[in-house]
Amino acid sequence: MSLLSLKQISKTFANGTRALGQLDLSVARGEFISLLGPSGCGKSTALRLIAGLDQTDSGSLTWNEARPDIGFVFQDPTLMPWTNVFDNVYLPLRLKGVTRTEATPKIMDVLTRVGLRDFAQSFPRELSGGMKMRASIARALVLRPALLLMDEPFAALDEITRLKLNRDLLELQAELGMTVIFVTHSVYESAYLSSRICVFSHRPGRIIESIDVGPSGPRDDAFRLTSAYLETCQRASTALQNAMERA
Amino acid sequence: MRSARLLPLLTFAALLLGWEALVQIQNIPPYVLPAPTRILVTLREDCALLSAALLVTLKITVLALALATSIGVALAILFAQWSWLERTFFPIAVILQVTPIIAIAPLLLIYLDADTAVLACAFLVAFFPILSNTALGLSSTDHNLRDLFDLYGASPWQQMYLLRLPSALPYFLGGLRIAGGLALIGAIAAEIAAGASGQGAGLAYRIVEAGYRLNIPRMFAALVLISVAGISIWLVLELVTNQLLKRWHDSARDLSR
Repeated sequence: MSLLSLKQISKTFANGTRALGQLDLSVARGEFISLLGPSGCGKSTALRLIAGLDQTDSGSLTWNEARPDIGFVFQDPTLMPWTNVFDNVYLPLRLKGVTRTEATPKIMDVLTRVGLRDFAQSFPRELSGGMKMRASIARALVLRPALLLMDEPFAALDEITRLKLNRDLLELQAELGMTVIFVTHSVYESAYLSSRICVFSHRPGRIIESIDVGPSGPRDDAFRLTSAYLETCQRASTALQNAMERA
Repeated sequence: MRSARLLPLLTFAALLLGWEALVQIQNIPPYVLPAPTRILVTLREDCALLSAALLVTLKITVLALALATSIGVALAILFAQWSWLERTFFPIAVILQVTPIIAIAPLLLIYLDADTAVLACAFLVAFFPILSNTALGLSSTDHNLRDLFDLYGASPWQQMYLLRLPSALPYFLGGLRIAGGLALIGAIAAEIAAGASGQGAGLAYRIVEAGYRLNIPRMFAALVLISVAGISIWLVLELVTNQLLKRWHDSARDLSR
């Protein structure tokens, strides 16, 4: 069932940069879509438009039903440094007028899911980079959003932490049954996570190839050794190469 | 580490010792240059007079700082919410800031009674660093966090209360520390102007008065008290800053950890 569709979307910034030209994308419920492309190709802009943080110049962005609650995870953890993990995760609920008492079980639940139950009282600077990102994900999930938008969330993390977070993210998606749109410039990350990979062209960005990876299924370390995974990497890699050459 | 703390103390002691020796050996009379011991004796003898004057000056300084803080922060918040207010009134704040207080003081003394005029001067110099630093802090919030607040539909006042004010706190405290020293300087400058017109009761007035009477040791004693007052204000504000920021801001690492 369709969640949202973007038709012929274009976006030019005030300084004349054409970020997006003729972007078409249709998102079904439960999909895990990666937007894969070279840096500066407008992937993040597309995400911001979907979140409603920027306005489109032309084209249409239509929600099938009412616009659902959206969770957003930035490249930086973007935590409020002056308060602890609990209050950071409480923020979306607080802005919606939920009292602290009502919110506490929801916050503790989501903190448990991301593995930060024992760190509710810690301040962001007392956490490692991976834990900060987990707190950021917990904050995005606390409203139980139908759609989770992630803008290169793991790009700044070390490889081991990144693999672990990739695995945990898929588990969370399965548990909570949400749709994810994930911006990345890593072929391997997109091939491991996605049910569909959309490869972006150089600026002005549009989708030049859409690779169906199939149902997310059980993805564990063994999945990385399957021929299906390697084939997806190959295809995505070739498409990305084409995107770069056309620039 | 210990020698790093010891060295400034030793230097200070050596300076005092040299001063004492110079006065004793050269037999300099106290109305030219009093020895440190003589200043100490004067501090004890004039204790009642000087501590009453110190209290007057401190009261004015603290009151001026409190006024400057509340009005400065309130204005900065209004400026941040409505930029036309900032464009309208910020230039006036700059004019008040760049005009030397010592030139404004005699004028204020004509229109206001001495205490109020001194308070007004101390307020005027302390007000600007708080206003400009807080305004800077309020407009320096992390843009990703601003996006996040927008995404969740936060109202402007929610943004102010939950995001902009906390992120402006380190800037405000930086302004407050500057303002603390300036409030004392403003009060002293105004008191000297007041003293010249024969009114006032604060420490600087006592300095002017003692000068007229050639009571040089008392001038030095009052000066020592002013320095001590300035250092105390700075230490208190430093302590407050560290307490408020130690858990989250890089400027104030928690030393106990």
